[in-house]
Amino acid sequence: MSESQTPNPEQQAQAVALGRQNAVGSYEARFEDLWRTLHRLRRSTLSLVGLGIVLGIILMAVFAPYAAPYPEDVDSVHFERVFQPPGREFLFGTDEVGRDVLSRVIFGTRISLSLGVTVLVISLSIGLPLGLIAGYMGGPVSTFIMRLTDIFLAIPPLVLALAVSAVLTPTLENSIIAISFGWWPWYTRLIQGQVLSIKEEAFVEACRSAGANPWYIAFKEILPNCLSILIIKVTLDIGYAILTGAVLGFLGLGVRPPTPEWGTMASKGRLHLPARWWMTTFSGLAIFVTVLGFNLLGDGLRDAFDVELE
Amino acid sequence: MLDVTDLRIHFDVFEGEAQVLNGVNLHIGQGETVALVGETGCGKSVTIKAILRILPMPPGRIVSGHILYKGQDLLAMREQELHTLRGREIALIPQEPMSSLNPVFTVGEQFTELIRWQGRYRVSWIERLARSFDGVGKRAARQRALDLLEKMNIPDPPRVMRSYLVELSGGMSQRVLIAMALAGNPSLLIADEPGTALDVTTQEQILQLMKDRVEKEKLAVLYITHNLGVAREMTERIYVMYAGEIVEQAPTQELFRAPRHPYTQGLLASIPKLTGGEVLGIEGRIPDYVGPPPGCRFHPRCERAMAQCQEVRPELIPIGPDHMVACHLYEREN
Repeated sequence: MSESQTPNPEQQAQAVALGRQNAVGSYEARFEDLWRTLHRLRRSTLSLVGLGIVLGIILMAVFAPYAAPYPEDVDSVHFERVFQPPGREFLFGTDEVGRDVLSRVIFGTRISLSLGVTVLVISLSIGLPLGLIAGYMGGPVSTFIMRLTDIFLAIPPLVLALAVSAVLTPTLENSIIAISFGWWPWYTRLIQGQVLSIKEEAFVEACRSAGANPWYIAFKEILPNCLSILIIKVTLDIGYAILTGAVLGFLGLGVRPPTPEWGTMASKGRLHLPARWWMTTFSGLAIFVTVLGFNLLGDGLRDAFDVELE
Repeated sequence: MLDVTDLRIHFDVFEGEAQVLNGVNLHIGQGETVALVGETGCGKSVTIKAILRILPMPPGRIVSGHILYKGQDLLAMREQELHTLRGREIALIPQEPMSSLNPVFTVGEQFTELIRWQGRYRVSWIERLARSFDGVGKRAARQRALDLLEKMNIPDPPRVMRSYLVELSGGMSQRVLIAMALAGNPSLLIADEPGTALDVTTQEQILQLMKDRVEKEKLAVLYITHNLGVAREMTERIYVMYAGEIVEQAPTQELFRAPRHPYTQGLLASIPKLTGGEVLGIEGRIPDYVGPPPGCRFHPRCERAMAQCQEVRPELIPIGPDHMVACHLYEREN
């Protein structure tokens, strides 16, 4: 492992401590791996920017009531201060019912993050087992699963999400369901492809010859080999899922207006363009920065993990 | 202990039906070391995969034959029973040391998992969860893994235990794999060209180590190799295989002293010798398994082929003490 150019004593001590723990057992070895990956990540400025943005958004979501200057503005109206332009009092201005846009953008991180993460959790919990089974078992089961995913993949995910959410009532939960509906097949496809190539590796045969059963091989030998690619894909996809959620909101099919969802906010502000530009601009910027952050982090992780495959 | 009789395995391929194994007979006694020798593509690996029942089927198809292990027919066994047999009774040392370990786990993780769970077909998740807190069991497994590695002359076993595959040399991972194969206390060890991927000196060390361990534990071993020198060094008896058929079988010394089948003679002549002299190869290559030559499968390459070789398949006939050959040349003598 290459040390950084100027090894500071603290880092070295940490490395030594990690090395020592490493001797104890395998869980510590895992931590060392994580540390190595982070070390590789550190070499790329852009991915650090991505990591910073993502961490910032997570912190903002967790501490929204403290970070927002007017926390009560999420669902209260102040007709005495409608359409205030950005200024010292209201950094991002106020909207058509006098709510502070900055506060609402900050609370919007909660909506967007929970949407992104939940969509990914649902998609993974459907797509991943199906992909593993399809890839490992082969035969008619695989054909059935993969043709099913083909049907879903034939429709653009956004169109599918629009269609489903148009049927359901516009709530956050239903947006999540609508987006997940077209999202899981991508994971089935990804995992199936990975499994197909990994299951031909010699270690899988060695494992079979040592008496492991198929479930064990699929979940404990093959799946861990897909993890790095999954982590990258998930990181990139959280950004896209957030974007899709915002599009649904913008088209009026997503979260209902009083909830501070970025897409919905941008849609409301659109009516007042270009004179009162701040409502649309700042909620749009929030979407932009968030998606950019996850993309940069995802790309950085890809580079960091690729090094491991050398 | 292991009896393979008349094993025929065909593969359904695009061109038609590939008749890869054409009536293979093998016998391995208790504690006997046997080699299965033949050139690349002659069906050695197919044979051992069939014995372990890890041959992909389809495209493979067992047309006829029996594989008896300690009196049980492996081909009639249910998948569930096989799981307790693989690794525990019959262990395989895989061919490619550098790709036969999972790259994302340390050697220690894989080895202790193997020791703790081998031979169990179904494990409920409750038991799995419960045993994941079983520190005593884990330490015992770890200790056993360390002992096994130690016996394979691995310097600093704890370091190897926490290494990933990429951190090990070929020789080292081959040793690890042998240690893992021995973890289940098998009675029969199948070694698929051990050390072929390694350089000659490392291969020599590995083979010596294996020989020691096999002698100490009185294991029966089936060596798969294309290297007659290795077979001579390691085994008591040799089966020579050509294009999915056993063409000659004899005690090792006997085979080297008096090879009978033209193919065996050709193989022996093609071993380079330090004393010099021209190395003779065998013209041609293994025939196509789809529509193989009628009669003796070797006759298109055989210098001594006769008319009947093209029509009649030679049977294995005894020709000396424990020495059998499948060749028309020796039929008249008997």
